[in-house]
Amino acid sequence: MTIMQIIFLITASVTLFAALMVVSTRKMMHAAMWLILVLFGVTITFALLETRFFAIVQLVIYIGAIAILIIFAVMLTRRSMNADVPQVNRNWWLVMVSSLALFVGLVTVMSVWEGFFVTARTAPPGGENLVQLGTALVDPNGFVLPFEVASLVLLAAMVGAIYVAAERKEK
Amino acid sequence: MLSDWLYVGIFLVIATFLPFVAITLAGILGPKKPNRLKSTIYECGIETVGETWVQFRAQYYIFALVFVVFDVETVLLYPWAVAYNQLGLFAVAEAVLFVLILFAALVYAWRKGALRWF
Repeated sequence: MTIMQIIFLITASVTLFAALMVVSTRKMMHAAMWLILVLFGVTITFALLETRFFAIVQLVIYIGAIAILIIFAVMLTRRSMNADVPQVNRNWWLVMVSSLALFVGLVTVMSVWEGFFVTARTAPPGGENLVQLGTALVDPNGFVLPFEVASLVLLAAMVGAIYVAAERKEK
Repeated sequence: MLSDWLYVGIFLVIATFLPFVAITLAGILGPKKPNRLKSTIYECGIETVGETWVQFRAQYYIFALVFVVFDVETVLLYPWAVAYNQLGLFAVAEAVLFVLILFAALVYAWRKGALRWF
């Protein structure tokens, strides 16, 4: 085993354990903290694949913004540290069987596709070609429409969020 | 280059090691003579009234959401900024349009009072 494989195995097991803790811990604030560890594990995985841009984006967007958003949402809820809420209802086995069936079905369908068995490629040395990405983003024959639509989607998200919160304030 | 990430890793290890050592050393070296008054929960020297976990205002959530929007904007503009020297005037106009649409979002948030802290 190379050092890279050891680092990957440690990262992967910590990420999976933290992911399990996110859904199994009874305190919501602790779940949010475990989620940050999961996202950080994904960041390290991106770094191991030598995709610098995605690693930084993962760190900046998911940990820097989304995780903070989730923590603020947890702080909005009452009784976020109370642990007396039952975690499972009596249909848990039905959900387990159906989600396992869904997982097996998805893997079966995807295994037909040849790309399923290809191991993950690492980015070329020096990271991704950001100049190419930047050029493609504003190229009329490239992704200029999604680029501008993304701006509109962000506008819509912000207007919607402010509208909902402003309504709550009047109550 | 993975060696670049190695420096980040070393920095991370040191950054987590230093406060850990400081707190552990303080715990080992400090005298432990607890009494009832010392063990009470306090905030700024004053005993807390009621529950410590209170509900925060919805306004703070809006701040986080506005921050997410502009964070995503940064990520979309970053590749454009890297490729700036290879781009023509048209690409600059596109980015200006992109920023202007989000500026409209900022003006909306401002006018609706979403940027008010209190």
